Amino acid sequence: MIDLEHVLVVAALLFSIGLFVALSKRSAIGILMGIELMLNSVNLNLIGFARFVESPRPIDGQVFSVFVITVAAAEAAVALALAVSVYRLRESIDVDRLNILKW
Amino acid sequence: MEDTAVIVAFYVLAILTLGSALMVATVRDLVHAVLFLVLSFVGVAGLYITLSADFVAVVQVLIYVGAISVLMLFAILLTPRSGRDNASVSYSAPIGALAGLIGATIIFVGLKTDWAKAEGGNNFETTAAEIGRALLDPYVIPFEVASVLLVVAMLGAILLVRPGGGGEPG
Repeated sequence: MIDLEHVLVVAALLFSIGLFVALSKRSAIGILMGIELMLNSVNLNLIGFARFVESPRPIDGQVFSVFVITVAAAEAAVALALAVSVYRLRESIDVDRLNILKW
Repeated sequence: MEDTAVIVAFYVLAILTLGSALMVATVRDLVHAVLFLVLSFVGVAGLYITLSADFVAVVQVLIYVGAISVLMLFAILLTPRSGRDNASVSYSAPIGALAGLIGATIIFVGLKTDWAKAEGGNNFETTAAEIGRALLDPYVIPFEVASVLLVVAMLGAILLVRPGGGGEPG
């Protein structure tokens, strides 16, 4: 029997890997990949709670994860458009060199 | 007997997901990192199926594996001179320690909390019909807001990459 705790541990490990990727990568696309990993781990948690926790309407967790996927898709589209747009301006998507908003 | 198969599938998929997520963090080529990310997304979709969320698994394959990864590959191909170097990381040791600490905290809280578990879990017969009813009855306002959000994001993305749009200097 899979238990809720197993799902939570897998999701927590996935979240910390995603956090590491999002914070340490220099490429904007790499950062976006980390954010997607973190969103996936949150979705995994929601699905796990929907499956195992006592609730009057247990399907709610799955509905929430559908909303999270929707917002993630919108966020990815805008973020990648921003990356392409920044590349046109600076010929680089290295976030350590993006300091045009300083001053 | 069926239970054992589900447990084995859960652990195999969990190892696949976490292993390819680690490869995303360590592999040197950005395109390879995106491909490992796709593998990780597929693993998460399989985990959804073992948790009896078949509709969300299909949505995951459609949106993440189908759309977002292709979008990422196109973004890499459209930014050729920035290089495909995925290995350059900044402050990897303190960030790794921080991520490990946060992950350990989440695991500790998850294991220590006394969750109000349902007896034997909630077994869904069909999820697509129930999700559809939930989207159109209690969650109709968020559903409409999500559609507006998608339109705004689509228009914003088109406007940003359009020639003469946000990216042009001056």
